[in-house]
Amino acid sequence: MAEEAQAALQALLRSGDAARAVLADIGRLAARTGPVRLMEVCGTHTMAIRRAGIPALLPPGVELLSGPGCPVCVTPNAVIDRAVALARVPGVCLATFGDMLRVPGSSTSLDGVRATGAEVEVVYSPLDALRLAEERPTREVVFAGVGFETTAPTVAAVLRSARARGVRNFSVLCAHRLVPPALDALLARPDFRVDGFLMPGHVSVVIGSRAFLPVAEGRGVPCVVAGFEPVDVLLALRMLLAQCAEGRAAVEVEYRLAVRPEGNPHAQALLAEVFAPEDAAWRGLGEIPASGLGLRADYRGLDAARRFPVEPEPTREHPGCRCGEVLVGAIHPPACALFGRACTPARPLGPCMVSSEGTCAAYHRYGF
Amino acid sequence: MCLAIPMRLREVCGELGKVELGGVLREVSLVLLPEARVGDHVLVHAGFAIEALSEAEAAETLALLGEVMAAEAGGEDGGHG
Repeated sequence: MAEEAQAALQALLRSGDAARAVLADIGRLAARTGPVRLMEVCGTHTMAIRRAGIPALLPPGVELLSGPGCPVCVTPNAVIDRAVALARVPGVCLATFGDMLRVPGSSTSLDGVRATGAEVEVVYSPLDALRLAEERPTREVVFAGVGFETTAPTVAAVLRSARARGVRNFSVLCAHRLVPPALDALLARPDFRVDGFLMPGHVSVVIGSRAFLPVAEGRGVPCVVAGFEPVDVLLALRMLLAQCAEGRAAVEVEYRLAVRPEGNPHAQALLAEVFAPEDAAWRGLGEIPASGLGLRADYRGLDAARRFPVEPEPTREHPGCRCGEVLVGAIHPPACALFGRACTPARPLGPCMVSSEGTCAAYHRYGF
Repeated sequence: MCLAIPMRLREVCGELGKVELGGVLREVSLVLLPEARVGDHVLVHAGFAIEALSEAEAAETLALLGEVMAAEAGGEDGGHG
């Protein structure tokens, strides 16, 4: 894309004039739809929406909810506890994205276990974790593989590279989660009702917008894949309201700059080569069929859970934490008695307050 | 966590590329986007280019926003007139 065109687009997607024009349209559409509940399923959207103050700009009948869109937040304590147990194994260096570091498990976090002498390294990319393994041949580097479909292909690429190069001291704790099965699980809940989904832009880059056809055509819920600038989000909300007003349910893409119906075929092929879907547990949603990724037979030698048969501590949840309800849109964070009092970004009790993309953190930082 | 940042691809060497952000070059893997070419504006996530941004679609989004803003300006004029 020409640099000037790209700069012009970015400026417009952040401009007050463009936002006001789209909001005026949203107002007209909301008058036709009556009250609607629209859910985003992406932590980056959660932050973009709150940072721009979008909820306060919308007509009163348009309610925005956050769903299970933050990978760190939906990761259950059992996974955190296993990562902690792995970090405690002598000779292991646990490499993780920074987002995971302070997430509390049953009794401690990776940051906590690091303070007691365990080797925990924060990396920007799974490539850095593999590089660590090659630089430190006497250590066993375990990468905490957390993330949705956007991140899983990068881990798959690194696993393939490690296997091809015969790196023996590298393994992955596989805890990836898949978005469409979680949407199915949400929609199957008897108490769950939304009028439209704002779909995650970068997950869709990989899986393609057509992955959401079962939600729109099967369940009759409008879907719009959105970009991340403030006006991207407003345009996507306008598209959702138009579908609601017209009584349609389709998959539409606002983030056409980056998202194709078919997604990224190279990323999909790599995912299929390295991983196979398996049942997995989600915070707030419980066990969901085929919603996680396990390693295929050729890659099982790189499975940290097999290589180090640790016994994680029994799982314990904080008794007052309502992250599970926040993650399914059942409550807004301020409804939790701990929010902003016992649980703050400085002293988080639940993952939604820790993660930079957690819903509680977004409400705490930007107000509500 | 699914954050991806658009960066300009400045060099390609096999499965590796160099992208530029704010005048700084950094290495990026092209394994997930082997068709990427120098000059592409690519989305980078966790050290990997995951998609090239489409110039045609950018123009369409610009045009759509132009229409929405023009309609709104027109509507306001009508309202005041």
